This record gives sequence, structure tokens and C-alpha cells, in this order.
Amino acid sequence: MLPQFDYIRPGSLDEAVARGAGDGAVLHSGGTDLLGCLRDGVFTADTVVAIGHLAELRGIEETRDGGLRIGALSTLSEIAAHPLIAERYTVLSLGAGSAASPQLRNQGTIGGNICQRPRCWYFRGDFHCLRKGGSMCYAVAGANQYHCIFGGDRCYIVHPSDTAPALVALGARARIIGPSGTRVVPLESFFVLPAQNVRRETILEPGELVAEVLLPPPGVGLRSTYRKVRARGAWDFALAGAAAALTFSDGRVNGGRLVLSGVAPIPWRAAEAERVLIDNPLDAETIRRAVEACVADARPMPHNGYKVDLVRGVVAETLRSLA
Amino acid sequence: MSEESGKRHDSKRGVSRRSFLGTMGAGTLGVAVTGRTAPAREAVTVESDGTHPVTLRVNGRRFDLRVEPRWTLLDVLRDHLELTGTKLGCSRGECGACTVLIDEQARYACMTLAVEADGREITTVEGLMHGEELGPVQQAFVEEDAFQCGYCTPGQVVAAEGLLRGNPDPDLAEIQKRMSGNLCRCGAYDHIFKAVRRAAELRRSTTH
Ligand SMILES: Cc1cc2nc3c(=O)[nH]c(=O)nc-3n(C[C@H](O)[C@H](O)[C@H](O)COP(=O)(O)OP(=O)(O)OC[C@H]3O[C@@H](n4cnc5c(N)ncnc54)[C@H](O)[C@@H]3O)c2cc1C
Ligand code: FES
Ligand code: FES
Repeated sequence: MLPQFDYIRPGSLDEAVARGAGDGAVLHSGGTDLLGCLRDGVFTADTVVAIGHLAELRGIEETRDGGLRIGALSTLSEIAAHPLIAERYTVLSLGAGSAASPQLRNQGTIGGNICQRPRCWYFRGDFHCLRKGGSMCYAVAGANQYHCIFGGDRCYIVHPSDTAPALVALGARARIIGPSGTRVVPLESFFVLPAQNVRRETILEPGELVAEVLLPPPGVGLRSTYRKVRARGAWDFALAGAAAALTFSDGRVNGGRLVLSGVAPIPWRAAEAERVLIDNPLDAETIRRAVEACVADARPMPHNGYKVDLVRGVVAETLRSLA
Repeated sequence: MSEESGKRHDSKRGVSRRSFLGTMGAGTLGVAVTGRTAPAREAVTVESDGTHPVTLRVNGRRFDLRVEPRWTLLDVLRDHLELTGTKLGCSRGECGACTVLIDEQARYACMTLAVEADGREITTVEGLMHGEELGPVQQAFVEEDAFQCGYCTPGQVVAAEGLLRGNPDPDLAEIQKRMSGNLCRCGAYDHIFKAVRRAAELRRSTTH
């Protein structure tokens, strides 16, 4: 059975923010990540503040600038099945559709997906690790086959989300509502590296919640896709993945982003590879150079060197499928 | 948190923790008004050791009961409504043994707080019977020998039902994808996938 907690279903968004800022309060959207964390004692909660009923946080609709507003409570199933998202923002549709299992996608929300806690087995297990306020990262000398090859520093988690890389690739922004007002932040600046703060994965302050995700209008000639490698065919987290959203003109890449999943503590922008792609046709030679640029600064751990080759393979496949 | 006590639904008075099961109201079969939008909800505060009244509509019957915040829908179905067809496997959203339909959608009962299921339409494997007869999905699992130990089967059957309600004629790839949230430690997958195909035929040929 779950440990005990108070349950609050606030009457309004304002009340949700006020209650969410309380000591020991945690937000509950779909609960698919939260309940697992509580059950396993990853963290404790005095109060669960349920926000799943708040109408302001729902809905998917076009914005006046030609972009798209996705309410934070939109489920992964809704996003994966949305015709406009599939057509214009394919990478997000595929990311949402490849996360977790059908049942979890029916319940899990995009807000919860980008705010979920890492899956490192030491963090989830009975280890008082650095991220839980302890003094060491057990992955450094331990079983680190599923840990990061980029961006590690004292702690070596990978970010578990399959939608976050797509959102970063698309240049999406998050509207965040908190006790001191509203701010709109590019998803790229939403995630926190261990070097910045080893205790948290997002910039959210107590009481802040993600209200919606805003997609810019799709760029002219945008092609996008997501590929995810996992250890088996059924549901699983990414061992490595690539979210690409590139714009083309006259047969050449003229903009866009390439973002890796499953290999870094945040959705990892392959900036060097993006530079290789720009102004070039997406041919075999460009792809070969982009792939090498992707892995040039990889720092594998003793047991996850295979991820370097996985990145090579998944990036090559991803780019080829857009050519 | 204590300044809210006036608003609390205090529940502890005179009721033992184990006997919250209240009335089992009249049948409401066939009123499944479903939709994606959550029903309007009033504000609620429940203390950790308190309980809150909820109404669950399970297999067309209405149950009024009081639940603790930490009880999952699975706890309530099995331990309080005695609907033990829904199984406890991992209690972590990993295996699918606890699959139920909530407002027509397959979800894990172990990852759903009972208090969050208030007012929802819930279907468990028991609700797929046609009287004393097996429903088409159950029948198909028998015909195709789609289990060995049988532990995962109720969850598989409900997941298949949820799939077929949304897509009455799925191909194999779709079946494999949509059944991927249900693990079978006996590895009966081939038979399970065949059973879902067979269930689709049976559902089309029976009027219900
Ligand atoms: C077995 C299993 C497999 C999974 N596989 C994958 C996978 O392959 N890929 C993947 O991406 N994910 C995976 N997940 C993770 C995840 O549960 C879901 O993807 C889901 O989207 C989380 O959404 P939720 O609404 O259920 O989140 P919740 O559990 O409600 O919340 C998750 C966290 O975010 C916080 N939160 C929730 N909503 C907000 C908000 N609006 N603003 C600020 N904070 C918020 C909560 O306080 C909590 O800490 C898996 C989970 C399980 C249990
Ligand atoms: S018991 Fe719910 S998914 Fe395993
Ligand atoms: S039949 Fe034994 S677990 Fe599936």
C-alpha cells in the first residue's frame, strides 16, 4: 500500500499554485510517475495536490500565430492521436506514441512527462544517492549500463522523457504559472544539468506548475521524426533516441535541431551536428559527418560504451529517413 | 494544513476502516456517458488518516464508499468491492495485470488513486460476462488457448476489450502495439494475439 498523504483537490488554478507551494506538497496529474516514486520511497509527500481536473490546463488548439497550444493535462494518447500534431509536428506525435505503454499513455500527461523523475536504479532504489541529498552517485563505480554518455557531472542520470526531446527539437516553450506570476520558458532552458543542480531536473520553483506547452508555427519545409532504441519490443525507456526537426529549402537543410534522448541528464542538443547539417544536402556524406559530430564529445562510462554506437546508428537512421 | 479542518469530510466517526463499503445502488447499466473531459469536480481536502466519499460505477453498478487518499483503485476493487478478477502483479505500472477500463480507456488500476476515480465508469473483467456466459473476448481466449498459468489473463482480456472498442478490426501490428502494456511471464503472446483477432470476429458476429 502507498504511504499516507493528505489529498487536496483545489477549486481553482490559483489555489493549486498556493497549495503546491506548501511544504511537502507534490502535484498529481496522471500520477503514473508520482505514485511509483511514493510507493518506492524515492521521496515522500505530506500532501498530494491533484490538478487533473483543472479545465484551464486541458485542450489542444491552434494559436493565433499559427502554432499550437497543448494544455499540460493533455494525455500522451491524445497527443499521439492528434491529426494536426501527426501532420505538422510528427516528431512529437512519435515521441508521445513511443513513451511507456498504451495504458500509461491513456493516463500520463505531457506536463507530468516533462516533469517526471529519473529512472536511475540507484535513485529509484534504496540508495541515498547524491540526487536524494546523499554524498555519492552510486552509478560511477556501479552498474552504469543505462547511464549517460553526455552531460554527466557528479551524477549520471539520463532524462527519461520521450516527449521532451521532441519539444526541444521543435523549439517549444512552456508556460509556467507560479506564486509570483507567469513565465514562458523555452523547453531548452527548462531542464537542469547536474552541474547546475544535482537535486532537480527542471527549473520549476516550489508552487510552479507547467500550464501549457506552446509550439511555434511549423517552419517552411519542416520535416521531423523521432526514433527510439529500447532493449525490447514492448514498453521501455530509451537506451538512445534521436528527435530531429529540420527545415529544408532547395534540397538543403536550412535550419532546425537534432536532440538526443536516453543518453544525457537532459534532452541533449547535438549542436555540433546541427552545424554540420546546415546549408548541406542531407546526403550520405553529410549524414556521416553529422553522426561523427554527434558522438565527438561522448564520455562513456565503464559499462555504457555501447551507447556511443547506438547513437551513431539511431542518428544515421533518423537523418536518412528525413532525406 | 490544519486550518482547513472546517471543510474536511471527516469520516472516521463510528465507521471502522474496513467497512466503508456503503450502499450498492440500483443498476445503471447502459448509461455510460463517456468522454475525454473530466467531470466537473468540487474542491476537496482529505487528511491522510481520513476518508472521502466517492461514487464508483463499476460494471454498471453504483458503489458509494469512503476511501483513504492513498488507496488505489486496485485496492478498492479487490479488497473492498471483492472484485478480485483484477489482479495485482507489480503495483508499479509495469505488468498490466491490473488493467481496467476507465471511461472506456484501458488504464492501470494500481496507478490510479481511488479518490481520482470518483464518478468514473469502470469496467473490470467481471463486467465482460454476458450473464453467466463468457463475453466474446473471454471466449476467444479460451478458444485460442491464450494462457498458461492465467495470471495475466484478466488484464489481457480487458486490454483487448479496450482495444476492440476503439478499433473493432485491428491488424497484427496494431494488436502487438496496443497489447504491449500487458506482460505475460508464461510467454503466451502468440496465442494472445490470435485470441484478439478471434475476439474481433466474435464481437462482430454477436450483437450486444
Ligand atoms: C512502467 C513505466 C514505463 C514508462 N515508460 C516511459 C517511457 O518510455 N517514456 C517516457 O517518456 N515516460 C515513461 N514513463 C513515465 C511517465 O509516467 C509517463 O510518461 C507520464 O507522461 C507521466 O505523466 P503523469 O501525468 O502521469 O505524471 P505524474 O505522475 O502526475 O507527475 C510526474 C511528476 O511531475 C510533476 N508534475 C505533474 N504535472 C505537472 C505539471 N503540470 N507541472 C509541474 N509538475 C508536474 C509531479 O509532481 C510528479 O513529480 C513510464 C512510466 C512507467 C510507470
Ligand atoms: S499491477 Fe498494475 S501494472 Fe502491474
Ligand atoms: S499466462 Fe501466465 S503470465 Fe500470462
